[in-house]
Amino acid sequence: MIAALFTTAFLAQIVRIAVPYVFAALGGSLTERSGVIDLALEAKLLFGAFAAAAFSHASGSAAVGLIGGMAAGALTAAAQLGCALWLEADQVIVGVALNLLALGGTRFLLQVIYHEGANSPPAPAFGDAIASNPLVLGAVVAAILVPLAVKHTRWGLRLRAAGDRPDALVAVGVSPRRTRMYAALVGGALAGAGGAQLSLAVGGFSADMSSGRGYIALAMIILSGWRPAIAALACVGVAIAEALNILIQITHATIAGHRIPSELAPLLPYALTIIVLAIYNGRSRQPPASLGKL
Amino acid sequence: MISVELDKSYPNCRVLTGAKLEVAPGTVHALVGENGAGKSTLVKIVAGILPADRGTLTIGGANIPLASWDRRLARRAHVSIVQQHGAFAGSLSVVENAVLGAEPTKHGVLDLKPTATALAALGDKLGLAIDPWARVDRLSLGAAQRAEIVTALHVGAKLLILDEPTAVLAPVEVEGLLKMMKGLAQAGTTIVFVTHKLDEVRAAAHAVTVLRAGKTVATFERSEDTAAIARAMVGGELPGQSSIAEPGGDAKIALALRGVSVAAEGALASIDMEVRAGELVGVAGVDGNGQRELALAIAGLVAHTGTISLAGRDLSGRTPRERLAAGLAHVPEDRQHGGLVLDASIADNLTLGRADITGRFRIDRGAVAKFADARIAELDIRPASRDAIARSLSGGNQQKIVIGRELSRPNLAAVIAAQPTRGVDLGAVARIHGQLRAAAKGGAGVLVISADLDELLALCHRVVVMLRGKIVGERAGAALREQGARAALGEWMTGTRGAA
Amino acid sequence: MIASSRDPNREALAVAIALLASLAIGSALMLVAGKAPGHVWWLMVQRTLFTDAYSLGQVFYKATALVLTGLSVSIALDAGLFNIGGEGMVIAGVVACAVTGAALPQGTPSIIAIPLCIVVSAVAGAAIGALIGVMRVWRGAHEVITSIMLNAIVAGVALWIGNELLFQNGTTTGPPIAPGAELPQLGFGGSSANLSVVLALAAVVALWWLRSRTTWGQALLAVGRDPAAARATGISVGRVQIYAMIAAGALAGLAATNFVMGHKHAFEEGLGRGVGFLGISAALLGRMNPFGIVAASLLLGFLSSGGLAVAQEVPKELTEMLQGVVVLAVASAGPIARRYGKASS
Repeated sequence: MIAALFTTAFLAQIVRIAVPYVFAALGGSLTERSGVIDLALEAKLLFGAFAAAAFSHASGSAAVGLIGGMAAGALTAAAQLGCALWLEADQVIVGVALNLLALGGTRFLLQVIYHEGANSPPAPAFGDAIASNPLVLGAVVAAILVPLAVKHTRWGLRLRAAGDRPDALVAVGVSPRRTRMYAALVGGALAGAGGAQLSLAVGGFSADMSSGRGYIALAMIILSGWRPAIAALACVGVAIAEALNILIQITHATIAGHRIPSELAPLLPYALTIIVLAIYNGRSRQPPASLGKL
Repeated sequence: MISVELDKSYPNCRVLTGAKLEVAPGTVHALVGENGAGKSTLVKIVAGILPADRGTLTIGGANIPLASWDRRLARRAHVSIVQQHGAFAGSLSVVENAVLGAEPTKHGVLDLKPTATALAALGDKLGLAIDPWARVDRLSLGAAQRAEIVTALHVGAKLLILDEPTAVLAPVEVEGLLKMMKGLAQAGTTIVFVTHKLDEVRAAAHAVTVLRAGKTVATFERSEDTAAIARAMVGGELPGQSSIAEPGGDAKIALALRGVSVAAEGALASIDMEVRAGELVGVAGVDGNGQRELALAIAGLVAHTGTISLAGRDLSGRTPRERLAAGLAHVPEDRQHGGLVLDASIADNLTLGRADITGRFRIDRGAVAKFADARIAELDIRPASRDAIARSLSGGNQQKIVIGRELSRPNLAAVIAAQPTRGVDLGAVARIHGQLRAAAKGGAGVLVISADLDELLALCHRVVVMLRGKIVGERAGAALREQGARAALGEWMTGTRGAA
Repeated sequence: MIASSRDPNREALAVAIALLASLAIGSALMLVAGKAPGHVWWLMVQRTLFTDAYSLGQVFYKATALVLTGLSVSIALDAGLFNIGGEGMVIAGVVACAVTGAALPQGTPSIIAIPLCIVVSAVAGAAIGALIGVMRVWRGAHEVITSIMLNAIVAGVALWIGNELLFQNGTTTGPPIAPGAELPQLGFGGSSANLSVVLALAAVVALWWLRSRTTWGQALLAVGRDPAAARATGISVGRVQIYAMIAAGALAGLAATNFVMGHKHAFEEGLGRGVGFLGISAALLGRMNPFGIVAASLLLGFLSSGGLAVAQEVPKELTEMLQGVVVLAVASAGPIARRYGKASS
């Protein structure tokens, strides 16, 4: 098995797995840095995946699917902000509710549109090969551009101010609400792209396709101290763990003669998150000062 | 020339009544007064942070419509304010904060270097060295304040308002700031600075306006006669009489503090204090000189060094619950966050933590009802319904609930009441004072912290003054009733009289 | 986080707004599915409540577990904590209960087996709750994140235990529990409703009593609404929060009695899934009031059962989606009701 670690196939596997996490983490960090708690990453991934498959199926082009996925992510973000900022619903609840909605909603749409219970019909895909998949390149570009934009553009500065001290923006005549909306829309589109990768890599949508990736992405955002670049790196770490797990299962690898349980290995990122949170006292890096406040 | 006359009220509370301020251009003008006099409110209105109820504001001859005045317009009119709790976003750098709203860009990317250089240069010129690239939350409070001042001037402030600027500065920094203010005024900027420290006023101000209870009571063309200014701040009337007898010389010591200090920037620096059973002791002083930490330390809500003993028992290291059980009562400074559970009923609030009324586990509803009704009647709490939700009550009635709960504790040995009548209407004030006197008469030692000197003079046998975490003066008995007592206390409060 | 005002008028208004909004959105979804909403709602009511006892029984079956997980979320919220770890707590309870039940000798009398399995379910759930509470109070780790992580971990561990130890002959069902540990069915045309309903109702009464008639409840509510005031009157905020999370875990764990002891009589993969999250809906819709939660659970149970009853007309996923809609509606209705209340007072 050790030999298999150093093949390009394994590296490609890591990249493939990392893409949705990276997009979700980048998108979520934008929303959170601007001051809105983003628990709805799971919903954006799911709706993004479904929309991408649906648009791809309807138009015959995976590229159109991608656009559809990003739009779905942005729309979900719009709904999230509408409830959180205008209706002033609790931001944590809004996130959890949207995730519930997405789980049921994508299944519902599967039934209503395709009369299928679990899988959408096959749609044009980007496929497994990473070279031909624009989303891979997109993820890399985003992982570079998003942190740079947050730090070095006018938009990024206002975004950070909105999450830290909205009053400072009000004093200079900029609307914190509007700033947060823009941040969330871009963040939603990014997360939607992550969802698109899920369905467009395999050519179709399956129910509950996101499998908790949105939550892991949020955990990575928190663990990275709300720094997008580090969050993206952490996601690559998660992808390595997942790829390793798959490899272990395929090659029936053992440690000192004991089989490594396939049910437990994927839990590593979750367990690590808890351990890190316990060690670092939850206070090592503060969230944006105005996170969750209106 | 800046000319202001303002009215401002909150529900149940008139903060400013025709308060006037006139500032000549290119001068340093000090605005002084005790806590609650309205100084901060006044300057916040001028800076566009708070709305006024009615009044006039004229800047440079132009009349400003107050109804639409806000921070953005104030900034455009070159009015800037630097407050104690800074307005900068902590995770951003100084220069990032400075350019917010008008960010210069080159090819779409932020171009901060020119602004940073300009800020640093301006800072050097003014004698206020700053590092424009530093993150604001990594700066000391003094450095952050300097950064805000330099930024305000960089953006072109012609009227610079400083609200208690020296509160967060070390003595050496204070000197630099005062020098800077004078230099700026000479160069044409108008400075209004809010303070209660009269030695600073003497050092830097060209003119002084004194506010008291929301009104302008005096203006001084020059600032040397600090004694006169202090008198104007605290008023010159004779204090009223306290109506209960002083405790005898053999009265036991109810509450004793020895060497009590609280960390955090020297908030409390080694306090020694005694309150005897039956005695009412007042702690005077402007807010922010350690009084809050004193109350919290006695109550056990903040860690402290030194010893605190209650009726001879050492309480140091004991939890709040144990201190309450030992006979301490604590009326917290902020009734809305720390005194009451606003969403609970009057009865619930009256019996919170009072296992002697409710019982250990199952709540004895009959006893609770009886107790609640008794307290409501005793203190005239309105509405007189024990199920009314605390949030719907006026400030005075809310405070009565806290007083009712705390002062009715059995076996009361000592009471620490922090700002017990802040924001409370006159009728309620009288009742609350009555309760405090009754507690003393019943044998408890009562310590009252208040920024209202009148209150302490009317209520207490003995008054001590706190400044910068230390006790700097005391007057008791006959000396407290004589003519110059109020002025002496005022001078201690403002740092014009040396420590006794 | 959630300010539960005690004003009953505002609470009623919030629920009314939420239900109306959900009704509207549900109807819109039915239109999307190509059916007339009025007709579908009518069929749902008719088939679930009036046609045969089975559907009605299923409503009670689902509502029982929801009451318990709803109370679980509610008691944590009372202490100011958001508990979304219900999923993990329920599954922990299910595993513990099924394993204990299966390990008991066949002839164990009910008087021993039933209380034992009940206690084990509660303890398993409480352990999860304790972990979340301790992490929050001692290490400052936000309970939402730790809950989500634990949900996944418990699910994974449960699956592993199932695969390694329990599942028999390629099925995903474990060995049956001892007959003494089974809870009798309630009838209702062969539905799964069982005597654990009694347990759930007992929990409701117990929680109501504790909350409004004891000093524990007084302290709990003070901690959730104003920790500073609680601390000043001598209450230990951290301790109360940990106890609240332990209680929350125990309540959710008790849902296992409904699934394992009352229905499947064995461990099964996926047993109890979804009830933890849905408990959030029950708690919010019931405005964190024990009796309100009963009503909310019945409504949500009705939606779930009704969704199946009209599965030929509209996809059953519609009602699943509606559950998320309800939460969103209630979360938004609360602030609206409060604002409207302020304006009119």
